[in-house]
Amino acid sequence: MKNRILDFFKRSQILVSAASLILALLICGAVIIICGYSPLEAYGAMLKGAFGSKYYFSQTLGTMIPLVFSGLAMLMAVKVGIFNIGIEGQMLVGSFAAAVAGRYITGLPKIIHLPLALLAGAVIGGLWALIAAWLKNALGINEVILTIMLNYVAQYIVSYLVSYPFHAEGNVVRTEEIQPTASMTTMVAHTRLYTGIFLAVAATALIWLMLRYTRFGYELRAVGSNSSAAETAGINAKKYILAAMFLSGALAGLGGAGEVLGYWGYYIPTMTQGYGFDGIAIATMGRSQPLGTLISAFLFGALRNGATGMNRSTSIPGELIEVLEGLVILFVSTPGIFRAARKIIRARNERRPGNGISA
Amino acid sequence: MEFLLKLLAGAIRVTIPIAYAALAGMIAERAGVVNMGLEGMMLFGAFFSVVGSYVSGSAWVGLLFAMAAGAVTGLLMAVFAIGFKCEHMITGVAVNMFASGMTVVLLQMIWGTRGKSSTVDGLGVVSIPVINRIPVIKDLIGSVSPLFYLLILCTALLWLVLYKTPAGLRVRVVGDNPFMAGSMGVNVYKIQYICMMVSGALAGMGGAYLSIGDIYMFSKDMVAGRGYIALSMVILGGWKPVPVAVCGLVYGIAQSLQFRIQSVSIPSQLVQMLPYAVTIIVLFFAKKGAEAPAMEGVHYYQKGE
Amino acid sequence: MNAVEMLGITKRFNGVPANDNVDFYVEKGEIHSLLGENGAGKTTLMNILFGMYRADSGIIKINGNEVRITSPRTAIENGISMVHQHFMLVDSLTVTENIVLGQEPKKGPFFDLEGAFRQIGELADRYHFKVDPRARIRDLSVGVRQRVEILKALYHQAEILILDEPTAVLTPQEVDDLFTVLKGLKADGKTVIIITHKLKETIAVADSVTILRKGRKITRLPISEVDEQKLADLMVGRFVDLGIRKKDLRADRPVKISLEDIVLKKNGRNVLDHVSLEMRSGEILGIAGVEGNGQTELIEVITGIERGYTGKMTLDGNDITGTDASGMLKVLGHIPEDRGMRGYISSFTNWENLILGYHTLPQYMTGQGLLRTKQIRGEAEKAIEDYDIRTEGIDQLTGSLSGGNQQKLIVGRALKHHNGVLVAAQPTRGVDIGAIEYIHSQLMDVRDKGGAVILISADLDEIVKLSDRIAVIYEGRIAACRPASGFTESELGAYMLGKMGDSDEE
Repeated sequence: MKNRILDFFKRSQILVSAASLILALLICGAVIIICGYSPLEAYGAMLKGAFGSKYYFSQTLGTMIPLVFSGLAMLMAVKVGIFNIGIEGQMLVGSFAAAVAGRYITGLPKIIHLPLALLAGAVIGGLWALIAAWLKNALGINEVILTIMLNYVAQYIVSYLVSYPFHAEGNVVRTEEIQPTASMTTMVAHTRLYTGIFLAVAATALIWLMLRYTRFGYELRAVGSNSSAAETAGINAKKYILAAMFLSGALAGLGGAGEVLGYWGYYIPTMTQGYGFDGIAIATMGRSQPLGTLISAFLFGALRNGATGMNRSTSIPGELIEVLEGLVILFVSTPGIFRAARKIIRARNERRPGNGISA
Repeated sequence: MEFLLKLLAGAIRVTIPIAYAALAGMIAERAGVVNMGLEGMMLFGAFFSVVGSYVSGSAWVGLLFAMAAGAVTGLLMAVFAIGFKCEHMITGVAVNMFASGMTVVLLQMIWGTRGKSSTVDGLGVVSIPVINRIPVIKDLIGSVSPLFYLLILCTALLWLVLYKTPAGLRVRVVGDNPFMAGSMGVNVYKIQYICMMVSGALAGMGGAYLSIGDIYMFSKDMVAGRGYIALSMVILGGWKPVPVAVCGLVYGIAQSLQFRIQSVSIPSQLVQMLPYAVTIIVLFFAKKGAEAPAMEGVHYYQKGE
Repeated sequence: MNAVEMLGITKRFNGVPANDNVDFYVEKGEIHSLLGENGAGKTTLMNILFGMYRADSGIIKINGNEVRITSPRTAIENGISMVHQHFMLVDSLTVTENIVLGQEPKKGPFFDLEGAFRQIGELADRYHFKVDPRARIRDLSVGVRQRVEILKALYHQAEILILDEPTAVLTPQEVDDLFTVLKGLKADGKTVIIITHKLKETIAVADSVTILRKGRKITRLPISEVDEQKLADLMVGRFVDLGIRKKDLRADRPVKISLEDIVLKKNGRNVLDHVSLEMRSGEILGIAGVEGNGQTELIEVITGIERGYTGKMTLDGNDITGTDASGMLKVLGHIPEDRGMRGYISSFTNWENLILGYHTLPQYMTGQGLLRTKQIRGEAEKAIEDYDIRTEGIDQLTGSLSGGNQQKLIVGRALKHHNGVLVAAQPTRGVDIGAIEYIHSQLMDVRDKGGAVILISADLDEIVKLSDRIAVIYEGRIAACRPASGFTESELGAYMLGKMGDSDEE
């Protein structure tokens, strides 16, 4: 076990991830300079915003919770060979469902109500993802276009529901407060850190075990990397695409549900803040490995909170994180750049007089 | 009749940006590159056209800025997707995220705001006397953005190049069998790079319509999924220039219908959902047939690489 | 005079030499055979000549003048053309568009398609090729497509034609036609190089032969000084047993699997058209046919991948119609026809791939669906030993093995898990002679031990060599099915082309 963790860090993959992050930070540093700020100052503000005090560190861990789920959601989809860009939408419908279940189911003890509300989020999120999986299976439609469109549809449907049938008293567009029996405990007062962090870590471990040691995981990975070979081996590829997408959506929904039950206490339209899109970068940087995803979710939690800190002390918008994410995804997915760099460096070292190579 | 004409006239206007982007997607896919980055290219187009117009005071300079921004984005995408063999879809999605963040950062830098730019000089409308004498047509395109006429020109040009010139034959072969093209001495990479830059320029023009062609300013994330919608129109139009450009009308009508019925008592959220739902339905019926370039999205390796 | 001279050619891939200081020449106006096993470096050498690769060192002379060939374009400019093993044609375009690509006739800035049609029609007539310049490639047979490829070379003013394994996909009759074409080209003063590993063809058509082995040139000889046995020995570097010792058939050969009146429709066409076949224990049944006549579908039906057929399938007399792939894999070992596509998963390690398809067997998996990793790894260690798979170990990714070793892994997996039935589709495609010998002996071993083997191969020699019975498939129908000794080679060819048809089901 210990060796395996060491192996994980030794593999060149993790170097590529780290190098990508550093390269992306450097480029963003250039952007910060162009904006007229000192990147050291900005990144300093970022570090402080992420780790500067117990409060900030708790905020970072708290932000990590939905990010772990969205990263895992991406990972599940990628493992079966689907590029699920619909995590944001699945998170939205999941969190709304949890808010409804948390509010309108009454009279249950916490030990039943809370899991039930979480389950509602997971199931609705999963079903939403199933729409895309089903259309992909039946008609071979590109899943990226599909899931993006479904994001918009989810956004407008939920926005309608919260604006009319489920509008809480008052001017704010949100749902009513959930029952106390459905809420998760805040771990550090006035922060985002709630007990969902344990759920996130448990989910990571479970997925790791599942992928590695079970028939389901083995067959799922087989379908994901070569569906024809999987079919030849008697594995029903379409079934696995459905199952993995359901799980993917369920994880997204669970992440959203956690935010409602652990942090907000109600559903409010802006609550997912693009966490679903962060999942793409997180899983990519985590090399589609559960442990890697957990670590990169932590890093992105820190980046997000750091960006909030930076936002406070400079006028650089937090959207810089999106720039960073785009770059990280690009670099991690393009190991060719690092290979090319290595080649150039090597060629330079070898280029000594009398060493000419003729073609 | 009145309602129908207004609906159609509205549809044509909202189709313009989609049609540019769809043509952009088509030319990239014809050369074997799946351009998921249309969304980001449009966003850059929309943003930099405003910048160009703001800096120079002329919307036409803005349009050139948009085309250049799109082409540069296309070039960068090509470097990653073709040069470094990054998965085409991932490249595109990454570019979209990058553009979404970068435009806001630049917005802050130039105008000091995070939502909208200031208003700039726009492209206005043109009305051609001959057209204004024909009934019906007059109501549809009597006064319309010059980008509409440029769109027709671009569509015709693309058709001409693709089907009537040696270069077009080469593009079609590259998308279907790059190895064959390579074996006959055609420079596959060159063609793919050029097509990606053309694709970027076209998408940039589509984005420019949204800003300097319509509301004369830039607002955050104003492309709102149109890049992805355009990709579905490429499939619906069967990878052929004229049908691809016209297919945008499906979306256009849905969008236009949305404006028309917004005043009715249906909740606005459900109405706003319409174009996206329609796109899904379109994908449902547009079967990905044999006409798709056979090797789109597949990396080509020059021998010995 | 020498049309081509290549001197001291060396080419390394990741440090491994594919060509090691090779000298090669071809005289003008001759047909020259470049002979060697898979991996001997023949194709690499010719790709260098055609500008697809750049040599690390060495020089090339064309008609005595040193040239620098940096790309296919410069090769074409020097009068060199190559007909690749996998045809380089675009299915959706016309013959003419395919041929003129790269040197399109123009009218002003535009592509002159009508003029091109005319030009290609004239060219085809001059060489007596029956090819319609307006036909779309997808409507043409393999033999005609090859002629389009040759026309393409002629259109681009080729004086030197390289053909990579030109007979691999042809029937015996089409091979004869091709040889006639090649001799016609020779008469016209063209120089022809064929890359091949087939001894018979070298003797039949070439004037001289160069033999490569492991990237080095072994020798160059006129054809008059060699025979098949000598070529084989030179090619492999040791004595090769060209025959195969077949044990006599057992007297008792019960029917193992029988297909009765199987019909499979795709796009409204019967891709399998009332097929009835019997696989018997202790026997190899060979399926001969031009590729694309229903072989793939036949495999998919037998292995349960395709279940949308009508008709009946039995195993030991029990109805198993409609059993799915996972059910069939409990009975049969399957060597899939397309290794990369269906045979293994490149991101899986060897131990994971060695159970693929058989992973649900109780020795590999608990009732709760957990993998018994320890046992699986132990078995994998043994399999690597048993089937001579050259690898760094069970944790290496299968995708990084050589093609031959990947195939040995797949064959080994099927042999290890078969329960008396083996479906072997193209079992030796793209592997070297050593591995071919090994795989053939393994298949014979299954037969001798009473297994029922069905062998599907595009290589007719392989079918003839191994099979006890041969069924010829043409357009989804079994055109003939007899004991192997009941066919002459030309009869087999005629059935494969649909020029003869009977239904003497023994």
